[in-house]
Amino acid sequence: MADLALKQAISPRSIPDVGAWDRLKVNHNWLALWFMLPAAAFLLLFLAYPLVLGVWLSFTDARIGRGGEFVGLENYEWLWDDSVFWLSVFNTLLYTGVATAFKFAIGLYLALLLNHNMPFKAMIRAVVLIPFIVPTVLSAIAFWWIFDSQFSIVSWSLRKLGLIATNIDFLGDTWNARWSVIFANIWRGVPFVAITLLAGLQTVSPSLYEAATIDGATPWQRFRYVTYPLLTPIIAVVMTFSVLFTFTDFQLIWVLTRGGPANATHLMATLGYQRAIGGGYLGEGSAIATAMIPFLLAAILISWFGLQRRKWQQGESND
Amino acid sequence: MTDVLASKVASPKAVLSGVTADHTEGMSYLQTLPRRLVTLYLPLSLIVFVLLFPFYWMALTAIKPDEQLLDLERFNPFWTWTPTLKHIDKLLFGTHYPRWLMNTMLVAIAATILSIVASVLAAYAIVRLRYKGAQWVGVAIFLAYLIPPSILFIPLSTVVFQYGLFDTPFALILTYPTILIPFSTWLLMGYFKTIPFELEECALIDGASRYQILTKIVLPLAVPGLISAFIFCFTLCWNEFIYALTFISSTEHKTVPVAIVNEFVDGDIYRWGSLMAGALVGSLPLVVLYAFFVEHYVSAMTGAVKE
Repeated sequence: MADLALKQAISPRSIPDVGAWDRLKVNHNWLALWFMLPAAAFLLLFLAYPLVLGVWLSFTDARIGRGGEFVGLENYEWLWDDSVFWLSVFNTLLYTGVATAFKFAIGLYLALLLNHNMPFKAMIRAVVLIPFIVPTVLSAIAFWWIFDSQFSIVSWSLRKLGLIATNIDFLGDTWNARWSVIFANIWRGVPFVAITLLAGLQTVSPSLYEAATIDGATPWQRFRYVTYPLLTPIIAVVMTFSVLFTFTDFQLIWVLTRGGPANATHLMATLGYQRAIGGGYLGEGSAIATAMIPFLLAAILISWFGLQRRKWQQGESND
Repeated sequence: MTDVLASKVASPKAVLSGVTADHTEGMSYLQTLPRRLVTLYLPLSLIVFVLLFPFYWMALTAIKPDEQLLDLERFNPFWTWTPTLKHIDKLLFGTHYPRWLMNTMLVAIAATILSIVASVLAAYAIVRLRYKGAQWVGVAIFLAYLIPPSILFIPLSTVVFQYGLFDTPFALILTYPTILIPFSTWLLMGYFKTIPFELEECALIDGASRYQILTKIVLPLAVPGLISAFIFCFTLCWNEFIYALTFISSTEHKTVPVAIVNEFVDGDIYRWGSLMAGALVGSLPLVVLYAFFVEHYVSAMTGAVKE
């Protein structure tokens, strides 16, 4: 019986010919090519190509409706002497700096608060995230109404409390407008920072705090020497994202002020839109957009190397 | 590439329900109630109030009669005893709003499905096929995630024009995946890594093809990840503004965020009611989705920073 089975198994007919096609079918690189194709097509056609095209456009005098001629650095020279461009750079840095700092501080504070045991914990945590879920434009419209110069509810409440005499012109005054849009941006960004940091906090074992308390650590020391070091890697990533998305913000400004009053709240993104799509000067707009790239690279590199250093310090292997 | 953070982030369920790392109560029993009131409940309720007030204000404005909207002296602005559906009625039957909702829904669903299919294939190839240079492709996709739409929209508008897609829904359906694919590939790579390789080896020995492994073994196990990716992509699409503003010019093709900003802003002093109603109705689908899938949202958010 066994003999018979063996004979059949090794008979040459049962081993199929392995052709080139069969080899190709199990070749990882060949298979992977087909698996990667859809994603690669999208990213090359609509991401990589426009990115390169954008840099190229910034060296041309392209307008809407006609291709441009190569003009070298003319667009950049023009921007270099343009005070509105420098104002937008200043605004962008101010906006990013202040908003990110507050988002980090309030987000971390909120995460620490949410990490406590309390009734309705899950519900409160879920509710906190709502500003992040609702589309920015729609919540920005609510802020537009809250910041209305005549019928602002904030002005009304402060007036009734006797703190101010006349309505605050939130979006009509240079610095008021800047603080107003920064406030709206912080409002929108805090939930993301808080919930992601909370996810990091959850993994910190309470016994570490107990040990620190027994050793006589104050609450501040517990935070500084237990919580903060353990949270650093996730802070690095969250803050990179936060900086990136704040720096390139467009929606909030466009809805609330459109760059006004007198360009006081123009960010580089909104100025680029206004010049390229509104004014039709694609080349100049592209130059503004391209000028954002070095800032973004700097933000990415800082966080990336910050992250790598942490990894090495904690003795984890590179993978 | 960087699994360094994988152990630094709690599971989404734990994030919401608050199970601590070693399942102990911690030291909260040491705090007295008055102390907790001042250090915890007071600041927390203040922050939650500020976070939620704009939505209350939005909803209240949407149902207030016009005369109460602008008269803050005779009527208490924080409440209304005579709610009206006039603004919402005007929105749904007096404007193109239902059309815009349909556009947004269509674009969001189409772009999301395209992106998920492309990301599933790409993520599986990067994690499991381990082809030559897979690591570098992973890094490239992460970098693509960091390229913001606001530096791409100008050249992309000329590209969209060249391809003849300008002012059609396809302009958005085909460009949104560039935002979604990097994110969802990254998220799904994390999920696929958690599926035991042995399961796939068993299937390979049993003679399954790669396609069969993907559809019959990996995808059923990655359903939570797929839901996370799907709803998060959908939310991002609904939220997208700058591409929709740039690539769409005719009223009937606009999406909700663009249409509200451009079509509702006329000189009418009483526009606030319908504006707020538009914002409210435009947010509701996402809030409802969020209410059902809170855990998946949290998992998508933490997943985005985890890998």
